Amino acid sequence: MPDSPATTQVATPVTAMEHEAHNPALLHHFVDAQQQKNAASLGMWLFLVTEIMFFGGMFCAYLVYRLKYFNAFAAGSQQLSIALGATNTAVLIISSVTVVLAVKAAEAGKRKVLVGYLAVTVLLGLTFLGIKGFEYREKFERHHVPGPTFQFTDTFDDNGRQIPVDSNEAQLFFSLYFAMTGMHALHMIIGCGLFSVLAVLAWRGHYSPGYFTPVENAGLYWHLVDIIWIYLFPLLYLISRHS
Amino acid sequence: MSEHEEHTTHSQGFYIAIGVGLLIGTATTVGAAFVNLGPFNPVVALLIATIKAIVVVLFFMHVKDASEKLAGAVVLSGFFFLAILISLSLADYLTRSWR
Repeated sequence: MPDSPATTQVATPVTAMEHEAHNPALLHHFVDAQQQKNAASLGMWLFLVTEIMFFGGMFCAYLVYRLKYFNAFAAGSQQLSIALGATNTAVLIISSVTVVLAVKAAEAGKRKVLVGYLAVTVLLGLTFLGIKGFEYREKFERHHVPGPTFQFTDTFDDNGRQIPVDSNEAQLFFSLYFAMTGMHALHMIIGCGLFSVLAVLAWRGHYSPGYFTPVENAGLYWHLVDIIWIYLFPLLYLISRHS
Repeated sequence: MSEHEEHTTHSQGFYIAIGVGLLIGTATTVGAAFVNLGPFNPVVALLIATIKAIVVVLFFMHVKDASEKLAGAVVLSGFFFLAILISLSLADYLTRSWR
């Protein structure tokens, strides 16, 4: 009985030291780097699922009101700029590519390439937010922001037939527009912050082919934000556009 | 250890090709919105969006290559509960016409 604890006591410090020599980022309660990475990745996916449910509530509210007040939603949607919305979709897709290339660079241990892709990602994120801000400004100018000053006199163009819509129903569309794109933009701001920090840390050499989990997990977050926009774009910008 | 080495990495060209595919998907969404498909306009738009989302999840987020099956189960459970949220809510709201 006194035999086995003695062997483990001798064995543990040796393996711990071996690991530390290999990878200083490996925490002691994990067997190896792969297990640590799997745990972090699983945690990230669980977080992303809560994000899906969070946005899911808003998508559900959107769906219910769109089905109930379709004409007002179509009229509101026809006031949004497809060109700006489509440009932003493209910007986000390209940024998703740069993120995945950043992860690839991290895995290959190419520090400068990694920093470059992270910086480009932040720039693309800021481009998205700039275009979004431009759109928001236009909404303020045209009194399309929900609240006491809200005005909506446009009609729903249904294949040439001009159908007048209730301003309150249109306000509901713009409330959902601002809630959903605003919450999405907040996620973009957080993402830009994350990648800025990661770029600085990557520049200082915090990541190696053996440890780049933060880059990978921030990438997962960014892709999810991209996916949410992939749904927001057709749902908000492209209602009944064939007239 | 070799499993660890082979996962995640595709070539740079592969990722760029996926990105171009997603851009084409976006252009298709916009194009389809201008064609009168009657009630199928939103169906087509959501179908393309879902295909794009699945491509992102599989190839950018690497669920396909994840060594842990658990991650896949977590993702599927997320969409499962989202489906419950939306389908049961609509089952309520869409059947309220009697009031």
